[in-house]
Amino acid sequence: MVGGFRWAAMFPDEVWEHVFSFLPADADRNAAALVCRAWYRIEQRSRWRVFVGNCYAVEPAAAVRRFPEVRAAAIKGKPHFADFNLVPSDWGGGAEAWVEAMAEGWPHLEELRLKRMVVSDDCLELIARCFKNFKVLSLVSCEGFSTAGLAAIAANCRNLRELNLHENEVEDNCLHWMSHFPESFTSLVTLNIACLEGEVNVYVLERLIGRCPNLKTLRLNHSVPIQRLVGLLHRAPQLVDLGTGKFAAQHHPELFSTLESAIAGCKNLKSLSGFWEAGPTYLPAIYSVMDLIEDDGLIAVAASCKLLQELRVFPSDPYGAAQPISLTEHGLVAISAGCPMLHSVLYFCRQMTNSALLTVAKNCPNFTCFRLCIMEPHTPDYITRQPLDAGFSAIVESCKHLRRLSLSGLLTDLVFKSIGASANCLEMLSVAFAGDGDAGLHYILSGCKNLRKLEIRDCPFGDQPLLDNAAKLETMRSLWMSSCSVTLGACRQLARKMPLLNVEVINERKRGLPLELQPDNCPVEKLYIYRTVAGPRSDTPSCVWILR
Amino acid sequence: MDGGVGYADMDALKATELRLGLPGSDPPEKPLPTTTTTTATTARPTKRSLDEDRAARREPSEGGRATSTRATKAQVVGWPPIRSYRKNSFQAMKATAEAAGLYVKVSMDGAPYLRKIDLEVYAGYKELREALEDMFKCFEGCKGSEYAITYEDKDGDLMLVGDVPWEMFTSSCKKLRIIRGAEAIRGLGSSQ
Repeated sequence: MVGGFRWAAMFPDEVWEHVFSFLPADADRNAAALVCRAWYRIEQRSRWRVFVGNCYAVEPAAAVRRFPEVRAAAIKGKPHFADFNLVPSDWGGGAEAWVEAMAEGWPHLEELRLKRMVVSDDCLELIARCFKNFKVLSLVSCEGFSTAGLAAIAANCRNLRELNLHENEVEDNCLHWMSHFPESFTSLVTLNIACLEGEVNVYVLERLIGRCPNLKTLRLNHSVPIQRLVGLLHRAPQLVDLGTGKFAAQHHPELFSTLESAIAGCKNLKSLSGFWEAGPTYLPAIYSVMDLIEDDGLIAVAASCKLLQELRVFPSDPYGAAQPISLTEHGLVAISAGCPMLHSVLYFCRQMTNSALLTVAKNCPNFTCFRLCIMEPHTPDYITRQPLDAGFSAIVESCKHLRRLSLSGLLTDLVFKSIGASANCLEMLSVAFAGDGDAGLHYILSGCKNLRKLEIRDCPFGDQPLLDNAAKLETMRSLWMSSCSVTLGACRQLARKMPLLNVEVINERKRGLPLELQPDNCPVEKLYIYRTVAGPRSDTPSCVWILR
Repeated sequence: MDGGVGYADMDALKATELRLGLPGSDPPEKPLPTTTTTTATTARPTKRSLDEDRAARREPSEGGRATSTRATKAQVVGWPPIRSYRKNSFQAMKATAEAAGLYVKVSMDGAPYLRKIDLEVYAGYKELREALEDMFKCFEGCKGSEYAITYEDKDGDLMLVGDVPWEMFTSSCKKLRIIRGAEAIRGLGSSQ
């Protein structure tokens, strides 16, 4: 580099901004920002999209200062295991602090995506009032708000393009919230209200859809009867993605053919969701949800849905005694053989074999996400009675682009050795009821070089691997461990050694001495460790201790 | 309690200690607390149920799936990993499939029993008529006998089916009555 020459001034700032716009990942932009002060400044001003994977990793005000021109923000709150009631309901993840800081510092914000956060109606009202050009609101797995908050959004966000409410818990106290979209409002492109429990006024919906010519995605809730759905489809023939919520279509077969022809009228339809009797074999379905499918159904899907990319099979009766339902490893193998574009699988079943997993691994080297849940913990290969180490090892060795993996069944430390050694792209790993001892966790933490999120429950992993791999934890977003063999002493040591980690010990049983007075060998029930530059958070409930 | 726990006490303590492992197998040695701490061995109901379950499963009699221990074991919190709204939706779907809908009684003159139909299933009057014809054709005495489909509305009045828009009809219909014979023809006029 020529000394003293401000080479960054070779081009006007706008040129560098344009160059930076081609950098695909934030990590690349971060690297560019370190080159010189000019690039730092230019990159800072031109970054308009931020992703905050953990809302407590940084202070909202700091984020707003760091990137003052942000137009699109995505923020995540609670750990994933909150979905399964493992995280106390008052743990945190409130959105107010962020929304207030953003209202102050990002008045031009256009897109906000929140996941697993507690969002109040006040937050929604603030969003509706403060962001004049607000276009996208996506709330996924959130709670704390009601349809009154949605009414505020509808009334005030004149340029709203997307309202995506996915799997939220929404209180229904304003039946006519949708009527708050003014007659002049025509900009909607995506409307997903599948999670709303309440009735939807179909007349209002029809008029809304009728005046939004760019509507591409429409996901309704259970309250829209099939007959009315037909009318809606006639008003929106340009639809690309349709969801009918929980409506049980198969109980009205005579209406199904009417619906089928209405759907056929939507020439651009690529994605269909809801509960259907027959598979949509005439559509190149990218994502479809079917009701009560068994191996035979999956074999049919494998034969006809050649473009299938993602498959999710949930149990129809999660707590029933194992019924003679024919959903086994055969369905999964059939899909793996028949669907060459398949890259993401979530599969619940009651039995599995290593041989089946080896076949799946061979058939699908392109998996990016493989989540297998064998419903009964510690279930071995049902034919050989062996652990499923070999099967899962085959998956990680074959699927070189695997980014997400969930394990189940009987597993020893050997599977973790394979994962640690082979899963080089793995970013998220979920482990339950697996492993023999500390070695298992050590293999993971000392390998898996791209690991970001690790969540573990009911495994015999203890203190040593955590202490030996403390530095690794700073390279990850978060670690969750519950019902393992970690002691308070190790957590204290870890917290002292790693100031950039928040070590949260969660103890929901209020008996006995407060945590500060407990001895080092006190077992820790739930542990959540995450890297942060914000220090300990100030909104911890009484069941959470942040160790320093 | 003073420091120094006796052997008997250690046994008792060990018996209540919850850990992963088969009952009867040796646990890895852990130092016992020397001060009184009531939370040293925190109760873990989920683990206990798991131990029982594993013990049951490894017994030689394991073969059939529906063992009594399986039926009575406590559910492990958060397992299987399915979101609660989705768990409920499957049970609810079966329930709502029956519970939802606008079920009204249908009586036919001369028929020994009534029927019930779900008005929400039908798109309009034509489908309703066809369904009713189908439902009651076994009771038709002489072929070609005239009949009129009437309904009782919210006010208790007997109304002829078909006069008002379908939506209005479904929201006000309380029960249906198929009137047959001469009574039906009289005063009906032309169309039905």
